[in-house]
Amino acid sequence: MFNEYNPLKKAMFQVIDNDGKVINKKWMPQISDTRLLKIYKDMLFARVADLQIVSYQRQGRIFTYPPNYGQEAIAAAAGALIQDNDWMVPAFREMGTMLAKGVTLKELFLYFMGYEDGSKFENAKFTLPISVPIASQLLHAAGIGYAVKYNNEDKVIYAFVGDGGTSEGDFHEAVNFAGVWKVPVIFIIQNNQYGISTPTKMQTVSESLAIKAVAYGVKGIQVDGNDLFAMYKAIEESVKVCRNGEGPVLIEAVTYRKGAHTTSDDPTKYRTKEEEQEWDERDPMKRLKSYLITKKLWSEKEEEKIIPQFKEEVDRQFIEAENYGPYPKEDIFKYLYAEMPDDLHDQERQYDRFLQWKATKVK
Amino acid sequence: MKIMNMVNAINDALDIKLAEDKSVIVYGEDVGVEGGVFRVTEGLQQKYGASRVFDSPLAESGIVGTAVGMAVAGLRPVVEMQFCGFIYPAFNQIISHASRMRNRSRGKFETPMVIRMPYGGGINALEHHSESMETIFGHIPGLKVVVPSTPHDAKGMLIAAIESNDTILYMEPKRIYRAIKQEVEEGKFTIPLGKANVLTQGTDVTVVAYGAMVREVQKAMVMAKEAGISVELIDLRSIYPIDRETIAKSVKKTGRIITVTEGPRTYGVGSEISQIAIEEAFLNLEAPPARVSGFDVIVPLPKGEHHFMQDPYKIFYEIERIVKY
Repeated sequence: MFNEYNPLKKAMFQVIDNDGKVINKKWMPQISDTRLLKIYKDMLFARVADLQIVSYQRQGRIFTYPPNYGQEAIAAAAGALIQDNDWMVPAFREMGTMLAKGVTLKELFLYFMGYEDGSKFENAKFTLPISVPIASQLLHAAGIGYAVKYNNEDKVIYAFVGDGGTSEGDFHEAVNFAGVWKVPVIFIIQNNQYGISTPTKMQTVSESLAIKAVAYGVKGIQVDGNDLFAMYKAIEESVKVCRNGEGPVLIEAVTYRKGAHTTSDDPTKYRTKEEEQEWDERDPMKRLKSYLITKKLWSEKEEEKIIPQFKEEVDRQFIEAENYGPYPKEDIFKYLYAEMPDDLHDQERQYDRFLQWKATKVK
Repeated sequence: MKIMNMVNAINDALDIKLAEDKSVIVYGEDVGVEGGVFRVTEGLQQKYGASRVFDSPLAESGIVGTAVGMAVAGLRPVVEMQFCGFIYPAFNQIISHASRMRNRSRGKFETPMVIRMPYGGGINALEHHSESMETIFGHIPGLKVVVPSTPHDAKGMLIAAIESNDTILYMEPKRIYRAIKQEVEEGKFTIPLGKANVLTQGTDVTVVAYGAMVREVQKAMVMAKEAGISVELIDLRSIYPIDRETIAKSVKKTGRIITVTEGPRTYGVGSEISQIAIEEAFLNLEAPPARVSGFDVIVPLPKGEHHFMQDPYKIFYEIERIVKY
């Protein structure tokens, strides 16, 4: 696959067309009907959750939030393939993969409501917290890759970044280090066409983002990121490469951020209705749904039935997060060091005295 | 006991930890085959192999960022920044990740790692090779910053740093890498990080220094002794956490305090220590706390460096002024 779709050949890897018709039988992945349906439902759940979160944000019930809307196939494909013992190194727009690892929606809500506790990921093994400084997390993936290889562990590291992130020095350093060390990292670039408002063509004059792999001497491929089957197959092949000790792999997943960068952003300033409509044709949910309906695996009726259930579940977890309770003062001090330094102890005690004083003044 | 300079002592500490703990990994620019530009890691690759001691690509952010990844995955990386002036590309990884990972993940992930870095002036070096920027790093919550001043301390503190579950910036005063030799205990021992060391007891004035400045103060103390002034010398050892207790106890006794630091003065470590003296011993003070430090200027190239650097005369000048205040 990596020869056939060498980025120098400038061919984007696709399996289905915009109507969900298989156009590339050779590379159609083997996925059982049950499993495929599960993947579709996971994508649908992510989309329902996403749209609902944006409305909570508009109601002032949650702070800034970066929606995944339109990019669900990428995170879902990775989520379907990532194993419990694999590492997940997120950027911040990979809800599907995070949920697949065992992160709960409630935890994601807690984080975006302003609790670090939301990054504990109690039931998700080997999943790093969201990384805000763009592309800086990719180096952690390369380092984890070194540790995995050093300890002879059979694990793959999934690391995410956006198109804007490929302009950062840490992107270059991470892919380069991982290449030199030959470590099992799958770098997945979600090229959603914009870094906030800046279009990808203003990030680079490279022919593609995948082509950068060629310069690093690692395997790379450009994939239609709105084509679940293509994403699934590309990641499945990348996992094989990694498990054979021939990693890393760089995947450029071409997609479109249908929503805003975050809830504080207004996309109407930098993109047109025509462009949005053009991408609606390529919507990942629509394409997979067409495929499933043609195969009689799914129907609009079933979808209508399941959406309210999903909404209810999202609401349930959101309300749990809303009722999480006060933020314990101790928590701001106790995680900085393995043992709290005396000086920090003193600062906390001074603050205690202030709080006691304040309690006598404020009725 | 074995006679060692600081380079030998640091090498010995790395050797001991590499032998004892397979999770310890040593890497950086030219640290493998060549053994580092100062030969601090000499012989370690031959002894432990290229998967444990190796040359990395030339990228400081890459070195520290990958160490963060290794550390969360259970290794104990000890990385080298070739010179203090080259650490800035790694600053983001230090301030945004290494110092935050435990707090961010509420204790789920830790980053037990050591960043070794030669620092400081007085070696006739090119631009960017002579700075003392400990203040910048001492201001980062979640990071520990330590500086040894002797071969013995260098060994004990580095072993403690490697065994710590925190991220430690271990600053090596390269001016005294080979200038001081002393008997160092063989085998493993540790010196707790965060505790200052009272090197000389005295009664008239407290002088706080660290790294290469300790030796300059000791030279100034010869002049002070001739002038009949009794100096209490504290080797701070740790920039953060800072040992308030030892500073407070000493200044309560002497009533006077002078800090000797290499970096620029404003917002420097000396300023913090002066504030501690004021908070802890206000009524004992017989003179305002004084700072011997670099000026708020760029470190001059070698021909002008003596204007910037602290030396025994500059230190004694201040000791005399403060004692007569």
